Amino acid sequence: MGLQLSAMMEQKHPTSRKTPAMSIQSVSPDSQVATGRPNRAPMIALPAFGLAMAIMAELGIALFVLQTVAMPLIAVWVGIPMLLGVIPAIRAFANLHRRLAWTVSGVEIPTPYKQPKYPGMIQRLRTWFTDPATWRDYAWLIVNAVVGFTLNLLSAVLFLCSIFYLIYPFLVWVTPPGVFDELFGLVHVNPVTAFAVWPIALGFFLLWLKVGPRLMRANSLLTRSLLGPTESARLALRVQELAETRAETVDTQAAELRRIERDLHDGAQARLAALSMNLGMAETLVDRDPAAAQQLLTEARESAGQALTELRDLVRGIHPPVLADRGLDGAVRALAMACPLKVDVDIDLPGRPPAPVESAAYFAVAEVLANVVKHSAATTAWIQISYENEGLHMIVGDDGIGGAEVSPGGGLHGVQRRLAAFDGTLTVASPGGGPTTVVMELPSALKPTT
Amino acid sequence: MRIVIAEDHALLRDGLIRLLEANDFEVVEAVDNGPRLVPALVEHQPDVAVVDVRLPPTFTDEGLKAAIEAREKVPGLPILVLSQYVEQLYARELLAGGSAGGLGYLLKDRVSNVAQFVESVRRVAAGGTAMDPEVIAQLLTRSSREEPIQRLTPRESEVLGLMAEGRSNAAIASALFITEKAVSKHTNNIFTKLDLAPSEDDNRRVMAVLTYLSAR
Repeated sequence: MGLQLSAMMEQKHPTSRKTPAMSIQSVSPDSQVATGRPNRAPMIALPAFGLAMAIMAELGIALFVLQTVAMPLIAVWVGIPMLLGVIPAIRAFANLHRRLAWTVSGVEIPTPYKQPKYPGMIQRLRTWFTDPATWRDYAWLIVNAVVGFTLNLLSAVLFLCSIFYLIYPFLVWVTPPGVFDELFGLVHVNPVTAFAVWPIALGFFLLWLKVGPRLMRANSLLTRSLLGPTESARLALRVQELAETRAETVDTQAAELRRIERDLHDGAQARLAALSMNLGMAETLVDRDPAAAQQLLTEARESAGQALTELRDLVRGIHPPVLADRGLDGAVRALAMACPLKVDVDIDLPGRPPAPVESAAYFAVAEVLANVVKHSAATTAWIQISYENEGLHMIVGDDGIGGAEVSPGGGLHGVQRRLAAFDGTLTVASPGGGPTTVVMELPSALKPTT
Repeated sequence: MRIVIAEDHALLRDGLIRLLEANDFEVVEAVDNGPRLVPALVEHQPDVAVVDVRLPPTFTDEGLKAAIEAREKVPGLPILVLSQYVEQLYARELLAGGSAGGLGYLLKDRVSNVAQFVESVRRVAAGGTAMDPEVIAQLLTRSSREEPIQRLTPRESEVLGLMAEGRSNAAIASALFITEKAVSKHTNNIFTKLDLAPSEDDNRRVMAVLTYLSAR
């Protein structure tokens, strides 16, 4: 009986609640919000942002100076407390600009900082000094004070110029003679003739419309080149991620093999041994005591039957035959049919994923469904599988009591870890009282079905 | 009784042949792969065929597909499908074409109970049904939460299960150690409670019950 399903069941995890087709839509956007960002600023707010960022660019010089001064002062210890204050301030300042780059120009800049491996002040300082991101921040403060300042200010000034020429007639009217009535110091104007500058206002406005946002975008891209992770930092992160998932995969595989070995040893192997013993005894008894031999043969047959049942369950846990026969589509349908709940299945796949991905997807769905049966108290569940954005998109929902979560050691956490080996993800939406929806994404190519 | 066998494992094939010939079946052909199966069935039109689901060349559900295809070509051809594992999905596909002329779907393990297995083969040959207890158990678990099924007494549920496997009243009676009269009383109760039209014809009765259970 130690098969896949029972192994699944051991890992606890409450899942739950009915979700009709409608809430599928409500879930996907939710999961994006979690990783998403605040809204973009409207176009009309850009001059204000530009002005503010130009001012901040100059304030950044102060931070640059502080760090410059603090570093040599480490020699006399004063520098250490200074740096403990200055570096976090610079990072907060840089983080603000990373967010602003998205707000004003839609440029996403991930945070590249290394986390100290061990606690402690000295460790923190050492991590800061060995982190290239620290020095790139430092350089950026100066670049931003010059280039960032210019670009942002220029963008804001274009807009302000158009405003200035728009209200120019009004200025002529309210100010005493000699302040604004000499246009460009050449032409004398009165409040009425001053309206002749409106085409200039329009010209500046159009120029701002065309160039203003681009100047800010240019600045955001410049910011990204210094504040974003370098290619090697990105690769280092990826390598770390891969090393972790690989280690987990190896662990899982080893545990799986141990389980299979144990199941075979305690199950089928023991039964076959008993069976051959019974047969041997029957052989010696058949002439002397046919009735006893008959009894032993019956026992042998029963023992063989049980061995077959155990082997069948074991095979189902390793690779369900119906998955080999019919692919994910048929296997999930078979799973739904064998489930004690009513399960609605909606599968739309234009082909078959490679075997390892298919198997991972099947066991993920099977385990989540087993969770539903075990914990949700649901009466209906539904499974939806489609192919979107070059990956399998799988949703399992139910109308149970909700409250499911991914917690260490839990069933859903196990699924999440196994999907991670394929760069897959699992997210749960399960408010108390339900319904529960588990969304799984598994990137994969598809082979067209033959 | 003429029989065609499809089984790719030589040991099992020989065993089946020996077992069936010992029980007065005449094995007219024993094939070991999928592509040869349909022509063999159409050519011999045997009284019954025993077919393994997994066959070369693809080693997937070759035998099942061949059985369905053969029954399309020769309507009412009695076929008993054997498999290392049973899936409701496959049971449903087999039954989709109707069980006219006899149809069976059993775990390979059932062969070890020779008397019962031979009885199943004969039943299918005679136009009856032989569904594996495991398929029926799954169907019953699934519908056990439903209202009408819950109104059945434990004894009636047992009778329902055996009836769904395709057993006759006599067989049910001997399996449960009750009289045939008691069995028919139980079946009448079941049909009333499930709101099914009663039928004396064994085969129609099985179909009604299976359809009822699979619809849940």
